Amino acid sequence: MVRLLGYHIATNKLRTTQIQSIKTETQTVKTFAFKDKLCAKAKPGQFLMLWIPGVDEIPFSILDAREDGSVAVAVRKVGEATSALHNKRIGEIIGIRGPFGNGFTAKKGKVLMVAGGTGVFPLLFLSRKIKPKATRLVFIIGAKTREELFFIDEIERFCGKENVVASTEDGSYGVKCLASESLELLLCKEKFDMIYTCGPELMMRKVLDLAEKHGIALEASLERLMRCAIGLCGSCVIGKYRVCRDGPIFSAQQLIKVKTEFGKFKRDFDGRKISF
Amino acid sequence: MKDNRLTVNLAGLKLANPTILASGILGYSAETLESIVAGGAGAVVTKSVGLKPRVGYANPTVVQVDCGLINAMGLPNPGIGEFVKEIRQAKKVLNVPLIVSVYGFSEEEYAAVSKKAADAGADALELNVSCPHVKETGSEIGQKPEILSKVVKTVKDAVDKPVFVKLSPNVTSIADIAEAAAKTGADALTAINTVKAMAIDPETTMPILGNKFGGLSGSAIKPIAVRCVYDIYERVKVPIIGCGGIADWRDAVEFFLAGASAVQIGTAIATKGSNVFRTVTRGLNAYLKRKGFKNVGEIVGLSHRY
Repeated sequence: MVRLLGYHIATNKLRTTQIQSIKTETQTVKTFAFKDKLCAKAKPGQFLMLWIPGVDEIPFSILDAREDGSVAVAVRKVGEATSALHNKRIGEIIGIRGPFGNGFTAKKGKVLMVAGGTGVFPLLFLSRKIKPKATRLVFIIGAKTREELFFIDEIERFCGKENVVASTEDGSYGVKCLASESLELLLCKEKFDMIYTCGPELMMRKVLDLAEKHGIALEASLERLMRCAIGLCGSCVIGKYRVCRDGPIFSAQQLIKVKTEFGKFKRDFDGRKISF
Repeated sequence: MKDNRLTVNLAGLKLANPTILASGILGYSAETLESIVAGGAGAVVTKSVGLKPRVGYANPTVVQVDCGLINAMGLPNPGIGEFVKEIRQAKKVLNVPLIVSVYGFSEEEYAAVSKKAADAGADALELNVSCPHVKETGSEIGQKPEILSKVVKTVKDAVDKPVFVKLSPNVTSIADIAEAAAKTGADALTAINTVKAMAIDPETTMPILGNKFGGLSGSAIKPIAVRCVYDIYERVKVPIIGCGGIADWRDAVEFFLAGASAVQIGTAIATKGSNVFRTVTRGLNAYLKRKGFKNVGEIVGLSHRY
């Protein structure tokens, strides 16, 4: 057996690349595309660490990865790092590590996506991959307002308007309710084989409880503070799991084991548990 | 008959095997420490904890180089006030010794944190006097024998648990520092912490880490660590815990031959998972058996005969 000299995780090596295209999706969301051979092989649900030189390095779920080597992430402007990224132009240099994490498992049959806010990004990538295999694909998407229903037009085109349930908290588009409430109504009428969910953890906790109640398999994409992304630093732990290495996608069975934390606590920069 | 080939008495701590989780790796919570013990660790060291909470540095905090990792986490921790809950919980669920890593910005702080950790149930303290990237603590203390001696003495006077001192390789003579720590009462010495390092990106021409400088760990530093253990063994009588780039049993054996009584493993968890403790232990056991040794203690410092 060849003993590897040194310490090496291929995907963890930082690569620099140029921004190839920037698309303004809404007032707060832009999509950035760049070339990266390793991330271009990513599975839906995997994430990458994006270095904004001199500012920060932050995790993003991958929005799209193509055979031609191009990769896209959608970025909502929420703080210093994402604002700095929004100010970047085509041709500027960013750094990439990844892809990291496990990704969703693609299931056949009747599939339901439940997305909240920016949680739609990885689910859109997943939808493109599994639609050819799924016998039915329904997309529940929720947000505070119409402006925050990211990619809604694309999803309606892709899934067919009749297969999209949009809900907004202010009633500015679709039904005036929470995505989890739309889910509850739907599950009373129809049986599904699989639920994929990503969004605010409080929403996902409700989705988990409903999936359990109705006996439907579930996978959820979790978000935690990421530093090393390779399972060493402990910043992202939830119960016995490391979100960066054991996740970010977790099954209902796994989430039930960390029920005292899921939807309740995450860790702050100093490692303290803080409630949602 | 029970096989005692791997048991170690480390400054009074009884270890079923001589592999220990290094500080800074996971170690925020009792549950993650439990998963490390499930991987076969003979003892665990927590993340370094101080008097007050610390958020650490901005990302990037970790960068991979060809032969290891450079990290500058910046000692993020919730502070001892909050952390005592995790220590108490860990003591309930762990069946191996729990060592709490402590840092401070003065000897009084080291002592105050150590006392709280010991009162909460820590089986031993490991003084971090070797973190290479936080000002006024870590290696800034561990590089000065007089200050280090004061810290060790103040902590020893404050607690009645074994006190380990984790040494920095970023010094002219690690044996001199080791001697200063041992003379003032250190019960064991951990050698070594990470080596001060940096990485620069050619495209942007910028230092990559948020803090610019960090500490190099992994196989790149193993030869340095082995030499440090060897040097220290020639000078002091207290047990040495080898640390730096251990990823398999051969690495561990090398440290024992140089003079270590136990070894700590950290970075290798990224590539091998927590089972690395079990595979190192098994390999070590097979080696001792093949060579006819009845206990791992028999090979400690063997290479000094030559």
